[in-house]
Amino acid sequence: MSPLAKLLEAALFASSAPISLENLAALDSDATEDDVAGALTELRTQYDEAGHGVELIETGGGWQILTRAEYTDAIERAQLASRPARLSAAALETLAIIAYRQPIGRAEVEEIRGVNCGAILKSLHERGLIEVTGRAEGMGRPLMYGTTPAFLEQLAIRHLDELPRADELAVALRPAAET
Amino acid sequence: MDHVGETAFVVQVGEFSGPLDLLLTLIRDEQVDIYDIPVARIAEQFLVRIKTLGLDDAADYLEMAARLIRIKAQLLLPRREGDEGWEDPRAELVRRLLEYQQVREVVDVLDRLSEVRRGKFARGYLPQQFTSPAPAAAPLALSLPELFAAVDRVLRLAKKPTIHDVVPRALDVEGAIAVVRDLLALRRSCRWRDLVSAGSEPWEILSVLLALLELAKRGEVKLRQDAAFTDVEIKGESASEAA
Repeated sequence: MSPLAKLLEAALFASSAPISLENLAALDSDATEDDVAGALTELRTQYDEAGHGVELIETGGGWQILTRAEYTDAIERAQLASRPARLSAAALETLAIIAYRQPIGRAEVEEIRGVNCGAILKSLHERGLIEVTGRAEGMGRPLMYGTTPAFLEQLAIRHLDELPRADELAVALRPAAET
Repeated sequence: MDHVGETAFVVQVGEFSGPLDLLLTLIRDEQVDIYDIPVARIAEQFLVRIKTLGLDDAADYLEMAARLIRIKAQLLLPRREGDEGWEDPRAELVRRLLEYQQVREVVDVLDRLSEVRRGKFARGYLPQQFTSPAPAAAPLALSLPELFAAVDRVLRLAKKPTIHDVVPRALDVEGAIAVVRDLLALRRSCRWRDLVSAGSEPWEILSVLLALLELAKRGEVKLRQDAAFTDVEIKGESASEAA
């Protein structure tokens, strides 16, 4: 492996949170972001092809070393780590609506789900998966919600556009202006 | 308490995520066309299910039940042949169901993705139940003189609040003079015992003695003692009263 790849590996190992490309590039003043991207690819290939128990992935928050899925059960059995609680159907529905319609107010989420969403919005907000992006104009100036980088990290995706595109879904989920 | 459960709405977590979910399930179970919902049948099924399920969020489900019954009633109203202005009362419901169906599609995607991520651990992942309240302390690196210095500092700090600044009470001759004068203003004469009680502090006794000597020197009082260690009689001079 190149010296840069080794340096990145050490930094990624030391951090429990994803590290952005920008912060990784700051580790070596001589390295450009292109160099870092190349070294990350080198490291990922090394993990994948040499048969490591961990893998290198990129999420919304940056790059991160994670254990491979096939070892999850063994790790959990040994109580070395445990999986976070699974998101409820109500939480996933609410996140789905916000992800595609953001910024969106509580009333619209409730209209689509057909149930009261106050508690679930509060819980998602507390878990950092959604954030208040502002207030809408008009009556009562309701809070508008959007998804956060933590939401992307929760799904291990880099961008929202990795989700099925709006035009792959029915007309109903497109922004109101297009319907 | 059992009989309460038969009529009241009780919490049933995870069964349905809302009335639209229940409605979609019924439409799938009954294998009917979403664009041509037999509202009478579905409404009846809906009512049966919310009664037997005993659902939480009763208001949301009851609102949907009322909506279904209204649509059912609207469909029963007679309409003229070839009426252009007629709008299917089910249209709004169908739109919402389709919209909700799409949400469920996205939910499946999100669920799949988050399940994959959930099955991988980041380094340093610490589940809540295993974390100790305080991080482990680093090994102590300290030399003996440093330790002594630290102990000394602590003791110094600890002592501070208990240090009393005791200042010996100075003799209060002026105060004693005032007392003697006040007393002599009321009485023609008084005695040593009147000025000094048994419990008097030494500085008080000395103050009175010096005050009396001072007043005698100024000629304000006359002191008379018949014999050694007997009581002293103090008489005010008329001259001082005039002054």
